[in-house]
Amino acid sequence: MIELIEVRKAFNQGKHNEFWALDGINLNIEAHRVTALCGPSGSGKTTLLTLIGCLARPTSGRARFKGEDISGLPERFLTQLRRRSFGFVFQQFNLIRGLSAEENVMLPAAPSGLPQREVRAKAAMLLDRLRLAHRRTARVEWLSGGEQQRVAIARALINDPEVLIADEPTANLDTTLAREFLAILESFASEGRTVILSSHDPLVIQSAAVHRVINMRDGRIVDNQ
Amino acid sequence: MNIWIEQQRALIDFTLASLARRKARNLGLLAVYALLVFVLASVALFSHALRHEATRILADAPELILQRMVAGRHDLIPPGYLEKIGRIRGVQKMEGRLWGYYYDPVIKANYTFMVPTAGGVERGTIVIGTALERVRGLALETGISFRAYSGKLYSFVVADILPRDSELVSADLVLMHEDDFRAFFEFPAGHYTDIALSVANPQEVRNIAAKLAAALPDSRPILREEMLRTYASIFAWREGIILAILSGALLAFAILAWDKAAGLSAEEKREIGILKAIGWETGDVIRMKIWEGVLISLSAFLIGYVAAYLHVFRAGGVLFEPVLKGWAVLYPRFQLTPEIDGLAVATLFFFTVVPYTAAVLVPIWRAATTDPDAVMRS
Repeated sequence: MIELIEVRKAFNQGKHNEFWALDGINLNIEAHRVTALCGPSGSGKTTLLTLIGCLARPTSGRARFKGEDISGLPERFLTQLRRRSFGFVFQQFNLIRGLSAEENVMLPAAPSGLPQREVRAKAAMLLDRLRLAHRRTARVEWLSGGEQQRVAIARALINDPEVLIADEPTANLDTTLAREFLAILESFASEGRTVILSSHDPLVIQSAAVHRVINMRDGRIVDNQ
Repeated sequence: MNIWIEQQRALIDFTLASLARRKARNLGLLAVYALLVFVLASVALFSHALRHEATRILADAPELILQRMVAGRHDLIPPGYLEKIGRIRGVQKMEGRLWGYYYDPVIKANYTFMVPTAGGVERGTIVIGTALERVRGLALETGISFRAYSGKLYSFVVADILPRDSELVSADLVLMHEDDFRAFFEFPAGHYTDIALSVANPQEVRNIAAKLAAALPDSRPILREEMLRTYASIFAWREGIILAILSGALLAFAILAWDKAAGLSAEEKREIGILKAIGWETGDVIRMKIWEGVLISLSAFLIGYVAAYLHVFRAGGVLFEPVLKGWAVLYPRFQLTPEIDGLAVATLFFFTVVPYTAAVLVPIWRAATTDPDAVMRS
């Protein structure tokens, strides 16, 4: 589903502080499976996720999504593809404070032009599915960490994406909530979604919910199970 | 089309929810903004309506007035001038007018004493303007005495009060019989204050004025259009005084609005990053911010303008009355006819809504073009 060929990514290219975050990545990620990128801080997990999720373009190399080369797509098309096909759960959740859980969930659908009533109904359904129906109108800063993460998951699913990307999803959760998150992941995979996450949490890496673990270090893949 | 409408609806919904988060700050800004529009619109509406009213009333004034000048000062028209004018072709009608100013030490105000050209005021009686009725507590059939400049005291009975709708120009007016006037001011017989002329062909007014100036070199012809221009410049001058006083407030608001609109907080930058990461395009973020600017500035404009309309045309412009209305010391009381100048509305709209919306856009453009992966890396 996602294919990366000799992908390299540099930051501050040409400057004195040039840094290569990814260096020659070759990877093929299968659909309908949960893939975990594993490695220490600075190994390039998050940068790789940004390339896979169309948040950034590689400095060199090719990235393909469902056979189509996306590494050279203009910003506008990349954004449309990202909105349609990818859902993101960020490490800090990145919810917008002051807005309700439902308003946050509806946000990615705003530029899609879908009728507001339809989007609201879908947001309500997702919050209900994630056991947050009673917190629908609560401001997100009033929610607990676990609740905030479930709001972030619901937000990632509002446009019905094929791929769900989660960056260090359990970093801010205790063990119980982390297990709960893994259970949610498993349900996504079973309904046919592709899940790609980054983590160095053993609970995630060793979980039965994760089908494949890719170990990274210094911007390279060192082990691909 | 439906998709576009739904997109805008979603963006407006988000903008409103976003504005509601900082309720006190945004309501405060809206209030100050609306107050500014209110003041500017009040001045514009008031002055425009006043100018319109003066034009309407002066439409009945004579096309030409002739005054005699001595040493550059206005002097009385001596006998024989009316005959000389009568020989100029194109003059349809001419009337010698009698009027003068009287200072009333009781209320420390000037009145205009005048003899109506059509007559109609009996000897020993006067017809007064409504301001005089108010300040001297007069009513029909009540008596009043004025001490003439000669020192003699003259008593009059109020026979009538001028209609309220002419108060703009008749507030301080006292109409009296010709004999009373001549006796009061010791005007010799056959002398007049000035001469009012009607011209058969309005296109000829300037030619006749030139002929008058040639035939009577010690006289000054005054055209109606010059009077209108003088009124217009007086109102414009008064309007200018208010705007000059307000310029400090205007500047303060401009700084406040610029600071609010142009300064993007770290929180706002972070939010823009999140929106881009979850699939908003740069254009969506900019459109959302345009809505924010438009919603604030348009609401302020509408609130301010409607309040100004009510202030000027329902409450009589109470706040600016002393500066915009006063002639001498007697302030006329009158209801202005609602009169809106489209160009003035458009100008006010342009100078209040557009700069604010533009100020909102500049920093957003910079923030919205940042890479969406910044959120992942922060």
